[in-house]
Amino acid sequence: MADVHLSETSLPVGGQEQISTRWWGMMCLIATEGILFVYLIFAYAYLGSQSPGTWPPTGPPSLLLSAPDTLVLLASSFLLGWGVRKGVSKARLQLALAGTFILGAIFLVVQGFEWAAKPFMLKTNAYSAIYFTLTGFHMAHVVAGLLMLLVLLGWSVSGRLNYHPECAALGALYWHFIDVVWLAVFTAIYLVPRFS
Amino acid sequence: MKRAVAGLFSLLMLSNCARAPLGYLDGAGPAARSIASLGWGLLGISVAVCLITGALLVFSIFRRRSQTDGLGGGDDRSALRWIGVGLSITTVLLLASAVWTLWTVRGLSDTSRAAAVTIDVTGQQWWWEVRYRSDTPSREFSTANDLVIPAGVPVQLNLRSRDVVHSFWVPKLAGKMDMIPGQTNRIRIEADRPGIYRGQCSEFCGMQHAQMAFFVIALAPADFQTWWNHQLEPARSDPDAAAQQTFMEHCAACHAIRGLSAGGILGPNLSHFGSRRTIAAGILPNDSRNIALWLRDSQGVKPGSKMPELHLAANEVDTLTAYLEGLK
Amino acid sequence: MTIEAVQGLPANERRRLFDIWETAPGLYGWLATVDHKKIGIRYLCTAFFFLIVGGVEALTMRIQLAQPGLKLLSPEAYNQLFSMHGVTMIFLYALPMLSGFSNYLWPLLLGSRDMAFPRLNALSYWVYLFAGIFLYISFPLGQAPNGGWFNYVPNTELQYDPGINIDIYSLGLIFLGISTVVGSANFVVTLLRCRAPGMSVNRLPILVWGTLTASVANLLAVPAVSLACFLLWMDRRYYTHFYAISGGGQPLLWQHLFWVFGHPWVYALVLPGMGIVSDALPVFCRRPLVGYTLVAISTVSTMILGFGVWVHHMFATGLPIVALSFFSAASFVIAIPSAIAVFAWIATIWTGRPQFKTPFLFFAGFVLLFVIGGVSGFMTASVALDWQLTDTYFIVAHLHYVLLGINVFPVVGGIHFWFPKITGRMMDERLGKWTFWTMFVGFNLAFFPMHLIGLMGMPRRVYTYSAELGVGGYNLLISFGAFLFAAGILLLLINIIRSRTEGAVAGPNPWDAPTLEWSVSSPPPPYNFAVIPVIASRHPLWEDRLDETPDRSTIHRGLVLDEGKETVGITVLDAEPDVILKMPADSLLPLLAALGMMVIFSGMLFINYWVMAAGALWTGLVLLVWLAPRDHASTERPTVYG
Repeated sequence: MADVHLSETSLPVGGQEQISTRWWGMMCLIATEGILFVYLIFAYAYLGSQSPGTWPPTGPPSLLLSAPDTLVLLASSFLLGWGVRKGVSKARLQLALAGTFILGAIFLVVQGFEWAAKPFMLKTNAYSAIYFTLTGFHMAHVVAGLLMLLVLLGWSVSGRLNYHPECAALGALYWHFIDVVWLAVFTAIYLVPRFS
Repeated sequence: MKRAVAGLFSLLMLSNCARAPLGYLDGAGPAARSIASLGWGLLGISVAVCLITGALLVFSIFRRRSQTDGLGGGDDRSALRWIGVGLSITTVLLLASAVWTLWTVRGLSDTSRAAAVTIDVTGQQWWWEVRYRSDTPSREFSTANDLVIPAGVPVQLNLRSRDVVHSFWVPKLAGKMDMIPGQTNRIRIEADRPGIYRGQCSEFCGMQHAQMAFFVIALAPADFQTWWNHQLEPARSDPDAAAQQTFMEHCAACHAIRGLSAGGILGPNLSHFGSRRTIAAGILPNDSRNIALWLRDSQGVKPGSKMPELHLAANEVDTLTAYLEGLK
Repeated sequence: MTIEAVQGLPANERRRLFDIWETAPGLYGWLATVDHKKIGIRYLCTAFFFLIVGGVEALTMRIQLAQPGLKLLSPEAYNQLFSMHGVTMIFLYALPMLSGFSNYLWPLLLGSRDMAFPRLNALSYWVYLFAGIFLYISFPLGQAPNGGWFNYVPNTELQYDPGINIDIYSLGLIFLGISTVVGSANFVVTLLRCRAPGMSVNRLPILVWGTLTASVANLLAVPAVSLACFLLWMDRRYYTHFYAISGGGQPLLWQHLFWVFGHPWVYALVLPGMGIVSDALPVFCRRPLVGYTLVAISTVSTMILGFGVWVHHMFATGLPIVALSFFSAASFVIAIPSAIAVFAWIATIWTGRPQFKTPFLFFAGFVLLFVIGGVSGFMTASVALDWQLTDTYFIVAHLHYVLLGINVFPVVGGIHFWFPKITGRMMDERLGKWTFWTMFVGFNLAFFPMHLIGLMGMPRRVYTYSAELGVGGYNLLISFGAFLFAAGILLLLINIIRSRTEGAVAGPNPWDAPTLEWSVSSPPPPYNFAVIPVIASRHPLWEDRLDETPDRSTIHRGLVLDEGKETVGITVLDAEPDVILKMPADSLLPLLAALGMMVIFSGMLFINYWVMAAGALWTGLVLLVWLAPRDHASTERPTVYG
């Protein structure tokens, strides 16, 4: 006899969280996208460590817009987390999705203003290149997240999520991921230059 | 049997070394000799490991066994002992090799003996710019492709690149060191005795990476001083000579010659060109036939090189060839 | 396997499963299939095609190098050939070939009906195919990548390499990287969750350990090269200064990012091959692998250590001695797990009873080539010695001994071993032996002398060399050996083609092997297992004869799961069933998504934002349809048969 017991008791179909395969797939996505940001931050640090002059050349970037912007993004994660908990009403989920979308959009708009106000362009020097690329990659992930939130909202309104609440939870995982990435990027670009 | 094969292998290697100007199992300077002995040691270990493992493999396949039809290999503990023994021997060899390596590296990094001369070597597609440094700025000069050094003393090289990554390598004297644009890498080379040692670029640098060679010529210290003084002498300048006029017209935009008003820096410095061993970065012996060939058809000899087709008339080629040969 | 009281599932129920799982007929089915077996065969065939193409590139180069000073190829032509040879073999042959084996075999080895994400599986194949086409469009345009497979900057910056050669390289690799990452995620999740009940982690075949390790590594390593390529594309087309030194760029940034990817990648190329040998060699020694646990641990530890040695590709760049010493030491240490594997294989042969069938020859030959490749690697681990060895033909010898020795030889042995399972016919044994000896002798004639000419200082990546180097004779021998090796590959191809129609018919288990795939028919039915087996050991089909424990696996007693396309999901470590997984039907969505990505990358190649946007919109819509959740019951009561 084998040591695993088979029985004819009910098993979940598809499953939620770690029981589903989708959750593990999302974890793989987060792992591979996460390490991409590790490599981007490595590139930033390497270029900085090898630069002959001061780094950043124009001084540490301002916290005036970026610090509140970070709080906006953090708040959006809390809002989304509140909205995807088990057993919540459809209204709460949809409110959270819409609210997170709005906060995420605000984050992007503020970053856009920051970009426009920079005293350098993409092709100015190594710092400008990595600054725009690092924050740009993050913004691209936020854009993807916003699209995802819209789609989830649409699916919730149309009733597709009635039997699949785990979809919203998976979406929230992705959103939290890009939030954590932002904290790492923010620390590297905005905070570290002030302390070294 | 194993020893015979190992011996044959070594004989093969040594016999080849004599005819291998880029070989490095026989060093001609302290750095290369130190690496060479490490190389022989690790090579010996490697060959032994291959022979022993190969023999084990062959024996394990062909050894006599009792004939049974069933599955299973009997006592797994004795089988696992294979792994234990193999692992232990491997670890010991690796540890010894690592220690020997780090010891060699330490020796190579030793800068206690002062460098007798400092030379800036700048790689560019696809030749070597060489500038001799001195405490007296008036004694500094530039040349190209031939690297003349004093024998028996350390020589400090500052390695740079003007374009892409190249790598400086003269195997009989030292290991490789890359030339990376934007930074200066330093290496010390030393030749035990006077001689000629071949070098080659060792990092893929574009179309003519294969034909970017050079020679290190080690001279006895006294001869080296003589050579240096001679390099400082300017070429005879005669603005009316036809040869010089031809040179100024076709070559001076890119090439410089000490003593002339030709100051081009895009191509190799041609001062005392006539006394160099090779031309076009080590790929052709320096004689009239090859100089003429190079002037007539640089793109045929070295396709893609930065020396353009000059479309010279035959008599211009002859004039320039004679002139360049005369720049001793 | 025990003679069970119950027979297999009745014919009418198997027919029902067949109808549920069989791919739709005709062109639609061909384009829309999500069957891992069909996708696996496609990977194998496409990778084999690229092996031939890369081989032709190599033979062309070997003609040029047969003697010093030949002018059969211009330097530009040669540089394109050697670059594409590397790109083709390393990216378009080596990993996809192993992916093909793993794709075909994993569900059969693990006791599952398919991979965790069948549509993602199809996507990873289509993206691989399109990325390969993308890279090869460059040849008819005369603009093939020409900076080497390693593509160092600044040589590949726009200033020194105008033209689109390097743009095709950069974008092509990013495109291909999507296939690799997606495929790796599929392997990881399949391994963790889609196994038969009872297939606990200590009962997994070593091939599965090898591919799992490689897949986790790929998830973490591929983004480094994708980023490196993206930054290069930005430097070239948007005039940024990541690598260009004016403006503070750093050429070594490319090397770090590339080799952080590159070194783990080469282990990803060989660990599954070592796994093939660890699983198949014991079959021909008529005993289980010696030291299974040690070999599994050595596989994982090799990969982990593989992330810590990348600077050994940069020993000559002038980095601080302390850093170089650390990486040199780590490069010595990484040989230790390999030694475990070598002695496990030798011990298995020694204590077993070898059968001189063709697969065994390839696996035994592999052990010798592994050791030779390993010791040449050991020599290069020494930073001081590497300062002489690097960039010579010694490295070319090393890399070919490890890549052909540890990838191609196990692959060809694996082809002979699993051909009966895939096609239902045996390959010709006599021709197989001729294939082995031709390949083995040809390979060693071609690549062993490269050690010698490398020690004589012949540089690599050169389109010609001087007669003064004294290596002309050896180069002629090498070129001859290369053609002999190619003849061996030709014999293999002939054997494959002929055996498909003329080979002896094979039953389910022609080799009397122990693992699950040999319990189903040859070729397997589309549903793999009529009932999901329950596993009690590493060698389900040898349990009775080995009698190591009283436990027995059951092949014909288990979950039936025929309410549509279904397989069972299990807990990670102990493989207890905990979920029923619905598998998707045939779908064109993967092909459509891959086409959309092709449009995006083509737009990037020509910096056409409309095309990029169109491709992005197309791909986004396809993904929307793909990911939309479908209704199904939330629980199900599975039937246990027998």
